[in-house]
Amino acid sequence: MAAAAMAQKVLVPCSSSSSCGKVQFSPSRVHTQAIAFGGELSQSSSRKNKSLALKAVAGETSAPVTAKSGHEILLFDALREGLEEEMARDPTVCVMGEDVGHYGGSYKVTKGLAEKFGDLRVLDTPICENSFTGMGIGAAMTGLRTVVEGMNMGFLLLAYNQISNNAGMLHYTSGGQFKIPVVIRGPGGVGKQLGAEHSQRLESYFQSVPGLQMVACSTPYNAKGLMKAAIRSDNPVILYEHVLLYNLKERIPDEEYVLCLEEAELVRPGKDITILTYSRMRHFVLQAAKTLVERGYDPEIIDIRSLKPFDLFTIGNSIKKTHKVLIVEECMRTGGIGASLRAAIVDNFWDFLDGRPECLSSQDVPTPYAATLEDATVVQPAQIIVKVEQMLQGLI
Amino acid sequence: MGLLPLLLRGAPKRFLRASGSYRSLYESNSRRRRHGTDAAAADQAVNSRADHRPDDQMLDFPGAKAAFTSRMEFISPNAAEAVPCFRILDDLGRALDGSDIPEVDSSLAVKMYHTMVRLQTFDSIFYEAQRQGRISFYLTNIGEEALNVASAAALTKDDVVFPQYREHGVLMWRGFTLDEFANQCFSNEAGHGKGRQMPIHYGSEKLNYFTISSPIATQLPHAVGAAYGLKMDRKNACAVTYFGDGGSSEGDFHAACNFAAVLEAPVLFVCRNNGYAISTPACEQYKGDGIVVRGRGYGMTSIRVDGNDALAVFKAVSAARKLAVEQSKPVLIEAMTYRVGHHSTSDDSTKYRSGEEIAHWRSVRDPVLRFRRWLESNAWWSVEDEKELRGAARKEVISAMNQAEKKNKPPLSELFTDVYDTLPRNLLEQEATLRDTVSKNPPSLAPH
Repeated sequence: MAAAAMAQKVLVPCSSSSSCGKVQFSPSRVHTQAIAFGGELSQSSSRKNKSLALKAVAGETSAPVTAKSGHEILLFDALREGLEEEMARDPTVCVMGEDVGHYGGSYKVTKGLAEKFGDLRVLDTPICENSFTGMGIGAAMTGLRTVVEGMNMGFLLLAYNQISNNAGMLHYTSGGQFKIPVVIRGPGGVGKQLGAEHSQRLESYFQSVPGLQMVACSTPYNAKGLMKAAIRSDNPVILYEHVLLYNLKERIPDEEYVLCLEEAELVRPGKDITILTYSRMRHFVLQAAKTLVERGYDPEIIDIRSLKPFDLFTIGNSIKKTHKVLIVEECMRTGGIGASLRAAIVDNFWDFLDGRPECLSSQDVPTPYAATLEDATVVQPAQIIVKVEQMLQGLI
Repeated sequence: MGLLPLLLRGAPKRFLRASGSYRSLYESNSRRRRHGTDAAAADQAVNSRADHRPDDQMLDFPGAKAAFTSRMEFISPNAAEAVPCFRILDDLGRALDGSDIPEVDSSLAVKMYHTMVRLQTFDSIFYEAQRQGRISFYLTNIGEEALNVASAAALTKDDVVFPQYREHGVLMWRGFTLDEFANQCFSNEAGHGKGRQMPIHYGSEKLNYFTISSPIATQLPHAVGAAYGLKMDRKNACAVTYFGDGGSSEGDFHAACNFAAVLEAPVLFVCRNNGYAISTPACEQYKGDGIVVRGRGYGMTSIRVDGNDALAVFKAVSAARKLAVEQSKPVLIEAMTYRVGHHSTSDDSTKYRSGEEIAHWRSVRDPVLRFRRWLESNAWWSVEDEKELRGAARKEVISAMNQAEKKNKPPLSELFTDVYDTLPRNLLEQEATLRDTVSKNPPSLAPH
């Protein structure tokens, strides 16, 4: 996918520990595309003379980059690489979950780690999500940095009590005495015919819990960077992976990099409309963007990445430019990330909006297994195209 | 005993200083404290109690009734011997000396065998179908056919079954047809689940087999709830729930067992201890002597049985059912068996166990073959019968598969139904929007 994800310089998190309320940019952290976009904005007259955007995805960087730099990797392997680097760097980092040890994980994210770091640091647990999540929280409170893997995010509903009442709360209720640097991660989202219980969107349920941070990865590049950032964070972080994105391939830097947990990713700069999305829907939006670009539209696509808190700085800058916003999400219509994001946009950027913020979400039904029904439950690229056209033609 | 009520009514602390047991007695009744006139009586009570020899003093904490001991002795983590495993037939299908063969006549035995063979055939053909891409997922019962069928045969149609997911044989015994199985696997419009669940997630209200839900052990508390209902209605029926060795680690297992025992619910907990939970072997799942010993921890009758011995399973489940229904008590049955197949089509178990181990259990320790040997020894089965049955079963299964594959998938109108009893406004809106989208979009823009 996006080759522009290759940064020229080492990226560092905007703050070394807990979340900053406002994202602070330093020049080295901005993708080169964003720099290009910033330059154009200052010359409004050039807009008329500008030729139509040709590329749906952000293009190659202008600086010379040899084809050999960086390495190609699949998303699950990028997660593994990030985890391995953090485990090598910090001996207090450990992993626990079902089948993570000698089996290497159901999605191979922990493959080889038990052999390298021992089966105590990569711990196979019996089947009890509430217990091993609670165990991870307890270990984190006493000095370890635990990574709890849910075999499927949906199973972490069993651990909701621990995540909400303990991980989210204990730092606060203890008056700041105990911190819980736990990372809770696993595959979620609607897969390919996995049935309703394996197609949950937990970000919808957890977004309300105070004390938690939530990020969603969508490419090998951001997967590795977010994994590292999450482990280094002193807050409990939930890292949402998508069950269908594990085999996504991308070229990522060889040098070490860590992304900012609270930052959104500008995927494609544009002028006409702001499309906010995350996880698998990012790729659907890009697919739709190909058609939209052919038809002469210029969408700005932002992968929000940080689901809690929202990066309103990046989002706001975009809305101030385009005045129209469409959210494309996989959560259900009721009570999802889209619902919250809409409220936040209305609260903060009302004066900059030409129309109401629109949202494409999944249906409010348990995800059915039959392929035709399942496809109709989630947003499809065709719907994105129709919606954007309607919005840009002033039909809604 | 006459003085005990005085003690229980409470007395000022200074009269009850003797030892911890008295103190806690006092504290638990502190809200009924009295002063003055009871003091002397309490004093007398304490003294008379102190007159008793220490050995006669019984623990009367609310939490337990036991004798005291002056020897500090920890209970070792495991008993000297593991709980023995009940079996009737040996590995070659011969009745063991002194065993009490249950009343299984030829027609019942042959019916059981038919079902086991049909299950085995269905499993192998549908597993291959998944490998060929005809269905997206499948999960087999291989190695557990005897446990499935024999336990089902010991139940009545009124007993409600709460399965995990590896109990298709129970449903097959009850009368779910091959067509019904196939329709569900192909998620076509004829399936009872209306195409909403993954393959093998069967359910049949008619046959009292509750729709399978993937998360582990969630069905255990359900079974207790159902048993509670049966008890209230005074039905001649019990609830039966199945789970694996892995499932016994879930919190729901503990909660369900404890509740069933405390509430005296007529439920059978059947643990299929097949040695593996995906890749986790039983030795990494628990450190105690399996699941059967936990029964005592909950105050529940329990038994360990050879799950690959159809007769032993039949006998044990029959007896357990009788106890549950007549005395309204739960029973824990740990059936030892082996998961010959992979966890599912998403697993390759050669990654964590040897091919030789799998082959051994598939061939030499096949429970279906073992039962067949017993049938043959009774002259109830022959080589010709076997050939005929295997051929017929194969044909029937393939035919059911082909029929199911051809049927249509459920229509979009079934996407929003059954979320609630009637469609609320938001779902009506979503359906309207969806129909609009579908009608406006040419097939070329359809999703991959």
